[in-house]
Amino acid sequence: MNRRDFLHVLATAAAGGMLLPAGFARAQAAAADFYDAPAFGNVSLLHITDCHAQLRPIHFREPSVNLGVGSMVGQAPHLVGARFLEHFAVKPGTAEAHAFTCLDFEEKAGVYGKVGGFAHLATLVKRVRANRPGALLLDGGDTWQGSGTALWTGGQDMVDAAKLLGIDIMTLHWECTYGQDRVKEVAEKDFAGTIDVVAQNIKTADFGDDVFKPFVMREVNGVPVAVIGQAFPYTPIANPRYMVADWTFGIQEENMQATVDAARAAGAAVVVVLSHNGMDVDLKMASRVSGIDAILGGHTHDGMPAPTMVANPGGKTLVTNAGSNGKFLGVLDLEVKDRRVTGFRYKLMPVFANLLAADPEMHAFIEKVRAPFAAKLDEVLAVSEGLLYRRGNFNGSFDQLILDALMMEKDAEIAFSPGFRWGTTVLPGQPITMENLLDQTAITYPYVTLNAMSGEQIKTVLEDVCDNLFNTDPYYQQGGDMVRVGGLSYSCDPTAPMGRRIQDMTVRGQPVEAGKTYKVAGWAPVSEEARTAGGEPVWELVARNLRARKTVAAPRLNLPTLKGVDGNPGLTA
Amino acid sequence: MNQHQTQRRQVLRAGGGLAVLGALAAAGIVLPRQALAEWNKQAFDAKTLDDAMKAMGAEAPANSGDVQIVASDIAENGAVVPVQAVSKLPKTEKIAILVEKNPSMLAASFDLGPETLPEVTARIKMGQTSNVIVVVKADGKFYMASKEIKVTLGGCGG
Repeated sequence: MNRRDFLHVLATAAAGGMLLPAGFARAQAAAADFYDAPAFGNVSLLHITDCHAQLRPIHFREPSVNLGVGSMVGQAPHLVGARFLEHFAVKPGTAEAHAFTCLDFEEKAGVYGKVGGFAHLATLVKRVRANRPGALLLDGGDTWQGSGTALWTGGQDMVDAAKLLGIDIMTLHWECTYGQDRVKEVAEKDFAGTIDVVAQNIKTADFGDDVFKPFVMREVNGVPVAVIGQAFPYTPIANPRYMVADWTFGIQEENMQATVDAARAAGAAVVVVLSHNGMDVDLKMASRVSGIDAILGGHTHDGMPAPTMVANPGGKTLVTNAGSNGKFLGVLDLEVKDRRVTGFRYKLMPVFANLLAADPEMHAFIEKVRAPFAAKLDEVLAVSEGLLYRRGNFNGSFDQLILDALMMEKDAEIAFSPGFRWGTTVLPGQPITMENLLDQTAITYPYVTLNAMSGEQIKTVLEDVCDNLFNTDPYYQQGGDMVRVGGLSYSCDPTAPMGRRIQDMTVRGQPVEAGKTYKVAGWAPVSEEARTAGGEPVWELVARNLRARKTVAAPRLNLPTLKGVDGNPGLTA
Repeated sequence: MNQHQTQRRQVLRAGGGLAVLGALAAAGIVLPRQALAEWNKQAFDAKTLDDAMKAMGAEAPANSGDVQIVASDIAENGAVVPVQAVSKLPKTEKIAILVEKNPSMLAASFDLGPETLPEVTARIKMGQTSNVIVVVKADGKFYMASKEIKVTLGGCGG
């Protein structure tokens, strides 16, 4: 149902005295107040992040498992479901509760409809900007990757959409998987005079020179505002290093402090960091670097309704995280007096496609870039009987679908699928289109692999990835979820040290033997040898599998038995 | 990219390792004595931390906040891990970098002349996650700092 049909139904229903879903009627009435709320202060920053190239409205189920360990237990962002609502004082059953949590997802998705979409986001940006003259629009990255059209156009559809949306400044992560030359080409040609790419932590590998400006200074209503870029620090580790062979990344905390100091020395009254660190890393960085007013964060896809205030030797820093897939627009209003921030208001506005008319210009642009690929994208591969989603620490039903396809098609006893946090949601009874499948798989290194691995190697891989997720020091985390595993059962104690988290590994009921060899299918290898070897793109394998199955029953999730996390607020009861 | 940077790259491309070292030595950046310093075989061959320390004459150095290690928390490539060691201690005469879990722990040792800025960078090889230890000799006494650098398999990023 498109928006016009939907409004028609609403009107008909109202005329006939039909009872509307109470939650939705309230949401409609509240929407105008919420979206058009007056501004506060004199400097406003609008923030999107991790849209993963979702130009059209989508469903996106938030996680039911997002565990915090060590000092992070029960702290934002490691809260899910009812515990999330309690922490942020969000009323259960409301439109906001649906946007921020997975509670009653299938039912509420039917009531409130799809979220995001650049045409609806563009309308919201215009409405919010109308109340906030001079506001800057910042993009935290992961914008050019995540859809079929983005992959097939080398990110060009998103580059043009970002310009049309009116982005002022951006930083990077998945953009880099198109290769360093492509990123430089866009930054220097397409974005010339419109969008600044900033990153204090991307340097040349030979001499450590800046590849992009570490920060830019913009005057907002007479106030000098410095925006420092922090690209994803572990890009050459989490993604193929050969894509950015001449660049080096890292957190570069000392250089961040030096950059903040340089921005202040250059006259900045407000210093914000546009970050792709991930929220736990941002929180630690905020506690150790002085002089940052706010860190507008992304990467870990945490839709946080309120910022976390972090104390450091220089004062306090706000840390936000603005979710993913185009679901949200972060709005930070600052009151700046006598060259310092004296007050703030923050809102993370859910973008409900049914409550925001599509911007005609953006809508026409999206239809135009999609048209050459529409037939391919719209192909129905199968019908899903269950809810298909990805996000969650250990597995998602769409990942299970991929794992099952890998094992079936490659005749493998075990399958691995990366713990990506992007990927949209398909509702029960809906067709699975090629577009839906590409939402989960569209990357520049999509090769399917089949390896003989010893039990010891399998354990090493699981321990390594698990430590990237559950190391108690955020600087050693990479911000993805646990590798998804098919065919192999295990237990996991996230609170144990590395090497002792993964236990009780079995295949077909038999304990995994360290010296025995197993046939393991996977995809998205990061090594250069894997690129040379090639391999079928994973979407072709899964598409073949789905076409043959026609109707797909709700996948049975292979989840580890969790230990040591009873009562953790990052786990739904 | 500015003129200066371009020139540096051209020098390196044209030069090759030895010529550049010579050029740097000629420019007074690296003293010839350092470039060709006597090989402390015993220290470089040591298989335990204690032995390596002993061979350097540095038994149980004290932890010092004036010794800093600037390096990524997670190595981008275990085969070349850039590690910068900075000493704020007056009269720094030696800086050594050790990798606790490497088969031979001493990765680099620098003898510094009296007018040299005590900041050195080395690209070291690491087979696995390990503590990296920097030992500084200043005014006849030994000091140290330590930092864990993680070497990971990679992949699976969000």
